[in-house]
Amino acid sequence: MKKEQQLDLYYQMVLIRRLEERGAELYQQGKIGGFMHLYIGQEAVSTGLIAAREARDRVITAYRDHGVALNCGVSANEVIAELLGKTTGMSKGKGGSMHMADTSKNLWGGHAIVGGHLPIAAGLAIGDQYAGNDNVTICMFGEGATNIGYFHEALNIAKTWNLRVLWVCENNQYGMGTTVERASAVTDIRQKAEGYGMKNGQVDGMDVMKVYDAAQDALEFVRKNSQPFLLEIDTYRFRGHSMGDPERYRKQEEVKKWQENDPIGIFNKQLLEKKVATKKVLDEIEARVEEEIAKAVEFAEASPEPAMEELYTDIYAD
Amino acid sequence: MPKITMREAISQALMEEMDRDPTVFIMGEEVGVWGGTYAVTKGFYDKYGAMRVKDTPIAENAIIGGAIGAAMVGQRPVAELMTINFGFSAMDYIVNQAPKLHYMFGGQFTLPLVIRAVGGGGRQLGATHSQTPDAVFAHFPGLKVVSPGTPEDAKGLLKSAIRSNDPILFIEHATMYQVRGEVPEGEYTIPIGKSKVQRAGKDVTIVTYCKGLELSMKATEELSKEGIEVEVVDLRTLRPLDMEPVLESFKKTNRAVVVEEGWKSYGVGSEIVSRIYEEAFDYVDAPIIRVAQKEVPLPYNRTLEQAALPQVADITAAVKEVLK
Repeated sequence: MKKEQQLDLYYQMVLIRRLEERGAELYQQGKIGGFMHLYIGQEAVSTGLIAAREARDRVITAYRDHGVALNCGVSANEVIAELLGKTTGMSKGKGGSMHMADTSKNLWGGHAIVGGHLPIAAGLAIGDQYAGNDNVTICMFGEGATNIGYFHEALNIAKTWNLRVLWVCENNQYGMGTTVERASAVTDIRQKAEGYGMKNGQVDGMDVMKVYDAAQDALEFVRKNSQPFLLEIDTYRFRGHSMGDPERYRKQEEVKKWQENDPIGIFNKQLLEKKVATKKVLDEIEARVEEEIAKAVEFAEASPEPAMEELYTDIYAD
Repeated sequence: MPKITMREAISQALMEEMDRDPTVFIMGEEVGVWGGTYAVTKGFYDKYGAMRVKDTPIAENAIIGGAIGAAMVGQRPVAELMTINFGFSAMDYIVNQAPKLHYMFGGQFTLPLVIRAVGGGGRQLGATHSQTPDAVFAHFPGLKVVSPGTPEDAKGLLKSAIRSNDPILFIEHATMYQVRGEVPEGEYTIPIGKSKVQRAGKDVTIVTYCKGLELSMKATEELSKEGIEVEVVDLRTLRPLDMEPVLESFKKTNRAVVVEEGWKSYGVGSEIVSRIYEEAFDYVDAPIIRVAQKEVPLPYNRTLEQAALPQVADITAAVKEVLK
């Protein structure tokens, strides 16, 4: 990978981290409502994954979606505006944290019913297959979503109908507060793909370059063979499930141990060791992000609230 | 005008729209090789092939969820639920996804999706296969619910539904595929969201739709012999609900009976009666009566099943009651 692109990935990961740290503050201040799920700790997953896609490949994900939106090219301005429920958000403030979509960036949401977007992802691929193109639909979900019926119906139809879907299971070890072992008959999630005769793989989700390489291979396989593929990416969320999580289900030592493998820290070290960048360059990226986030918050706070007419807008298209 | 069956009307609508627009395709259980469990899509598989007439696994979430996804990216799927009762397996998609996505994502994409579903009782299929849960689905803003009672309306409304950019649940009645009626020759559509006076009268207004229309029309014939002229307003679309013809008729007759096949409690009739009381209270000359299904799970036994379903005699009795 070229130096510029590596630095861009680093920038994206730092952007996600800082945006969400700022988001958490805005949430505490009561400026963001509803549920908010932070991606902190998992940044390498969507950053590496989405860097490997072509612009025509579709992305659809669950509710932990701020990072995915940024990786797809949505601006920090729009993401924070959507979090604040402002008209300048991608969904005019009607979707919020869990429903980030920007179809101009080929991001199809942001879906908050666990597993519910998997059959929809199959549907996006049905649409592309019907249109006769070779676009790939990248569908991200947590390991918790692999225990619900939707997952199985979606994988089955994807394999039976030769749909171009890259199923990406982000295994962050917990479905809310329940560990994989307590919720899933098999803990090696990729085994579930075997039941559908589906090719699959597994990669360390704390190393963005490893994710990128695995995603590239998987995307190539899907596109070339017109076959779905399940990629399990092992990762860990450093924060609670959502903002109101007392975290009684895990020990702080466990969190600390994973934090030693901070995906941003790992990548920072790699870039320095491989002499892709100097500390000064990486510091400049950090500073640029800080400034961008500050401006985005300013933009979002200054943006207008939706007009009352919006209440009745877009219920129907006709 | 040619006289055709409800089955032929629906089949013609599907075929004409598939011929007109290459983005229209069908997916569902046994819609292809089998030819449709009610033979509505007989011959389609041979004519259009497997890509446009998709036989799905028995997996309602994959069917409706998949159709939603395909609609999001610009295709016009017509997804079929073999029975509306199987729709409960895909409830998340029908009520919690399809009606929400256009709004929730700020209008970024549309959902040109039709879900055809076969509903209704009267065929001794037992409690889980015989329901008329139309009101449940009509409860959700963002979904349109259409349920025709004549071949003419079925054809014209289905063609409009396929051309619409909104998710539409199109409910057909399992016992009405052989109902015959005149349809206009050539191309026509009927707008969604418009009620229609199917029979003019001056004494009482019957408000109904789908199977209720068939029963009500029979009732009006008997009542006419006794000198009672009933006006029948067919809702045709349950959401968005067009109350104008209902109110117009009621303001003339001042008396109404609402007929539906579903259960009375929290039903379509409950909505219609409330709306009349809210919007035309000064015109009410008698309490409005609802004719509906008894509040039981439908039994298998034929006599018991028929006792639970609304009958023509229930309608004639209700009309006489409001005239007292």
